[in-house]
Amino acid sequence: MKRTLQGASLAVLALALAGGTAIADTSGKRIALSNNYAGNSWRQAMLRSWDKVTSQAVADGVVAAADAFTTAENQVTEQAAMIQNLVLQGYDAIVLNAASADALNGAVREACDAGVVVVSFDGTVTEPCAWRVTYDYHSMGTAQIDFLAEHMPQGGKLLEIRGLAGVIVDDDISRGIHDGVAANPQFEIVGTVHGDWDQAVAQRAVAGILPSLPAIDAVVTQGGDGYGAAQAFAAAERPTPLIIMGNRQDELVWWKEQKDKNGYTTMSISSAPGVGTLAFWVAQQILDGQDVPKDIIVPLLSISQDELESFLETTEPGGVANVEYTLEDTQGVIAKAAP
Amino acid sequence: MTSTLLAPRTLRAILPAVSLALLLAAIFWLQPRTMSYTGLNLMLNLAIPIALATIAQMFVLCVNELDLSIGAYVGYVACVTATWLVESPPLGIAALMAGILVYAGLGALIHLRNLPSIVVTLGMSFVWLGVAVLILPRPGGTSPEWIRWLMKLHTPVVPFPIIAATVIAIVVHVALMRTAYGSILRGAGGNPRAIERAGWSLLKIKVVMFALAGVFGMLAGMALIGLTTSGDANIAARYTLLSIAGAILGGCEFVGGRVSPAGAVIGAITLTLAGSFLSFLRISPDWQIGATGAILILVLALRALINRAEERQ
Repeated sequence: MKRTLQGASLAVLALALAGGTAIADTSGKRIALSNNYAGNSWRQAMLRSWDKVTSQAVADGVVAAADAFTTAENQVTEQAAMIQNLVLQGYDAIVLNAASADALNGAVREACDAGVVVVSFDGTVTEPCAWRVTYDYHSMGTAQIDFLAEHMPQGGKLLEIRGLAGVIVDDDISRGIHDGVAANPQFEIVGTVHGDWDQAVAQRAVAGILPSLPAIDAVVTQGGDGYGAAQAFAAAERPTPLIIMGNRQDELVWWKEQKDKNGYTTMSISSAPGVGTLAFWVAQQILDGQDVPKDIIVPLLSISQDELESFLETTEPGGVANVEYTLEDTQGVIAKAAP
Repeated sequence: MTSTLLAPRTLRAILPAVSLALLLAAIFWLQPRTMSYTGLNLMLNLAIPIALATIAQMFVLCVNELDLSIGAYVGYVACVTATWLVESPPLGIAALMAGILVYAGLGALIHLRNLPSIVVTLGMSFVWLGVAVLILPRPGGTSPEWIRWLMKLHTPVVPFPIIAATVIAIVVHVALMRTAYGSILRGAGGNPRAIERAGWSLLKIKVVMFALAGVFGMLAGMALIGLTTSGDANIAARYTLLSIAGAILGGCEFVGGRVSPAGAVIGAITLTLAGSFLSFLRISPDWQIGATGAILILVLALRALINRAEERQ
């Protein structure tokens, strides 16, 4: 009897070794997505990416389950109750897009105390026991000026389109742009408007400020406003400047038209909804026993002149260019975040 | 013995408790993990602020009025608790007292001008929300240490939420159902004319009942902050409907001064558990509001049947 047991455990050991990777360790683990809102195209794409990547992971036996839950009313108390219920349902990790940065800390703390791994992304939480997967929005600003410095070494006059006033993301991107301009004094921001990440609002705002502006060489943006800006310049019958795009499908289509017509050159940069899949792999890696830093910075998705066609093909009308992360991508991002 | 047990009066009194027991049994069966200290703690702690808000609503219902501002008021209290009560306690306490005074004033206004409470409180809900946004323009703040300590209390054997719910139910039950003045207060809802003829001031009664609603709404907001650890003006937006539903579920009536404090607490807990139950069943949250409504209709239908049986006797 004892010998058979020994034999059996040896066989198991051999199997585990043959498996080689860390995959076997999380095959029994269950990961839940707690999402607070699903009402815009970015969130819809986020949920689709999650479903696509995690159902493959479940089919491959990497994890036992990866279910997505969305609250009906985007309410803090509702999401707190949801987190508590997920803990009670015995999930090993909760991937969280939070309704509030602070107000879920109580529920997150309870989940941590119950031994559940909490990984927040996009809408992150400040509770120290949770992991945070965030975009470096400051670099989204500096990257635009870096691109301009490369393509317009002589410098020029810039129009800045900002996002929704009072939102941290808007503040971060704008600070990045201004820091970039400070480092490249050949550029000068001659006008600033708020486009609220919305093409129609951006078009109105740009149309309103254009008559008061000198010739503009380039427009720095925050995503969701590039197409509107292009329309405003066309309507005012002013030459189209170099407009940085923000990965929206309508922006990419417009860019493609210009590129085919006159070789128009620009770049596009924004956050990708697939970041949820990166958070999923981060949770998997933590459950796997890997040492993962609490703050993980994800590079933004930028599209260059050569990549335009391939991204345009995979982006749905009305959607945002997206990228889904693999385990290897995630391990690379984690390695970069490690001190 | 069986005849007293099956009497409609007893049936109506135990209906809330029976529905809670059934729901709890179903949850334990679905998710045995919940049948533990931690499980009950997690499942029930968010029911405490809802139970307090339901008691507040019950006081208003008791005098034949309805409070549509309780959710916004709890949000206001939450914002004050998460900011002023931490930074400068005297200012925080003054703001909370002012809230109760406004509630008392509303009671007087509704009685003196004979205004429909639905309109007055609906208007007030926007006032509370506006003030809350002014105090805390973006979500944040922290919980006062002592409230956090109280809400995180790990009591021996019985989880804290159960003890808290029992204490709330007993205290309000004794005060409202077992004291002489309590029966006067309830009488003002059942037969205001008789109470007035007996020499009691209806104005004073309304002021007292609304002030009590203010006190319990305040406790609800503070308890909520103890759990969430930071505030948000919209944090309790759902509480208005939950508190009305909880009170009705617990055996209170919209008119007639017929209320039940223990029932209201049980009703609030039942509604909270219904949410857990539905998510354990893997029902999408989009359906949960509807499903909560369905549970409500089911219990009310049962109560209507019992009422009819009572009339027949």
